[in-house]
Amino acid sequence: MDRPHSFTEYIFLTAAVCSGLLTAAVFLFLLIFSLPLLQNGELTDLLLSSWAPDKGMYGIYPMLMASLTLACLSLVISFPLSLGCSFVISALAPARLRRFLLSMVRLMTGIPTVVYSFAALFLLVPFMRNILGHGSGMSILTAAPVLALLIAPTMIIFFVGSFEKVPLSATLAVDALGGNPIQKLLYVMIPQAWPGIINGVLLGFGRAMGDTMISLMLAGNSVSAFNSLSQSARSLTAHIALVMAFDFDSMEFKSIFVCGLLLYIFTAILMLLLRMSTLCLSGKR
Amino acid sequence: MKNRFHLFSLICATLVLLLSSSSGALASDLAPFTGQQGSLRIAGGTAHISVMKEAAKQIIQSNPKIQISIAGGGSGLGIKQAGEGLIDIGNSGRKATDEEISKYDLKLFKWAIDGVGVVVHPENSVKGLSSVQLQDIYVGKISNWQELGGADRQINLYTRDEASGTREVFWKKGLNKGDISAKANVVVSNGAMKTAVAGDPFAIGYISVGHMDQSVTPLALDGVLPNLDTVRSGEYRVSRGLYSLSKGEPSGLAKLFLDFILSPSGQQIVAENGFIPVR
Repeated sequence: MDRPHSFTEYIFLTAAVCSGLLTAAVFLFLLIFSLPLLQNGELTDLLLSSWAPDKGMYGIYPMLMASLTLACLSLVISFPLSLGCSFVISALAPARLRRFLLSMVRLMTGIPTVVYSFAALFLLVPFMRNILGHGSGMSILTAAPVLALLIAPTMIIFFVGSFEKVPLSATLAVDALGGNPIQKLLYVMIPQAWPGIINGVLLGFGRAMGDTMISLMLAGNSVSAFNSLSQSARSLTAHIALVMAFDFDSMEFKSIFVCGLLLYIFTAILMLLLRMSTLCLSGKR
Repeated sequence: MKNRFHLFSLICATLVLLLSSSSGALASDLAPFTGQQGSLRIAGGTAHISVMKEAAKQIIQSNPKIQISIAGGGSGLGIKQAGEGLIDIGNSGRKATDEEISKYDLKLFKWAIDGVGVVVHPENSVKGLSSVQLQDIYVGKISNWQELGGADRQINLYTRDEASGTREVFWKKGLNKGDISAKANVVVSNGAMKTAVAGDPFAIGYISVGHMDQSVTPLALDGVLPNLDTVRSGEYRVSRGLYSLSKGEPSGLAKLFLDFILSPSGQQIVAENGFIPVR
């Protein structure tokens, strides 16, 4: 590695090291605060039991499941939409429409999640209540499409970016061979761009898992384990937001550090796994 | 039943009249703020917010150099953050426990009495419940409005987060410490509860009496409707004090603010917002 030799480079290096250290520091902070719980061997209790502070149970299993289900479901909804949208933007639409669509998508990334949730609270929640015919209308099924809307722009921008990185020579060759845009997309662009697609999906999943406001306002926050998607549920992030206000010394408050740690570890493992698999697979080609 | 409705609308009308006729605070109550400047941070109980906002508005109008920020978060947060010194005044809809008071050296100021009433959507035909029915509903034993004479629809339970003083009081006095079903939806403020119940024809929830308006219908509990009169007379028993608290003796702006809330002008604001003044 080149040694940094100018002042500017030192500044950049410091910035990079600091942000790296901060990430590690957050992990350490969470770990230290959840250590008392982890040492008592209560981890399995916490992971597998339900939340009933009155009865001395501080389990977060229902929240963990709700978070994972919400993130997966929103990804399932959002992935085909985002992929289709990025096809249109990068290959199928006329140039002017492409620019318009892309700027709309960029605009969407800037909309605060509370705005989505607020709109959905008045539009989607009553609709879901009527459709389902029971319950309050606040459920996993209500929150998931809104989460999907939230993570779509992130994924679209990543997909479009990776399509743009496909070498011009390859796409020109398809044109020269008389291939139509669909063939170009299916046989050249997707095979070339798929590591970028996976990265986009990863980021989208991370955002869905980490978002608080949407699940807090739309999923209903009930602490029971859900057995159908039309039921009210509480995500890990919403749980942290709801329990935050407790006394620092209470068991409730301590247990949310474990929630934070779990969220951290889950996203980290997921990122690592998929990064590694992309590296391995793209290395093979 | 009709009488009760009349009574309720009468109260509403009185409230509107009071609100429209309120001509601001007495100058003498605002006098201590002249020449003061600085900022004051207030957070905690969500039932308190309307009164806090009006008081802050009057203070700031009389002296624009004072900044007052008001946040919710729940009584638990109010007690905790005031105790940790993160805010100047914490609000709590329940009395702080002796443990909290001694640990943080808290000083409590009770400035209003408030009831916590069960509310449903205005279209709901159920008008009253017994304590036992209420407990059965919240524990999940009664799960259909039909069992109470209403429509054949599932009861949508709403409750507050665990930091809520409203929840604490409701649980203690309304449910006699009965369990609240884990299936209940959880909302994070009195305002959010009102919005949720007002938008859900099959909902049941509970809010501060001061927060009630036409968008939700209060249910009589054991034959007593929650309103200002029944709370004041003690006939409606699910009631509580509204407190503000400070770490140690309040000083500076915090002291002036608390004095103002307890002054005739402040107590008038309390009454105008649907709570029962203590003085």
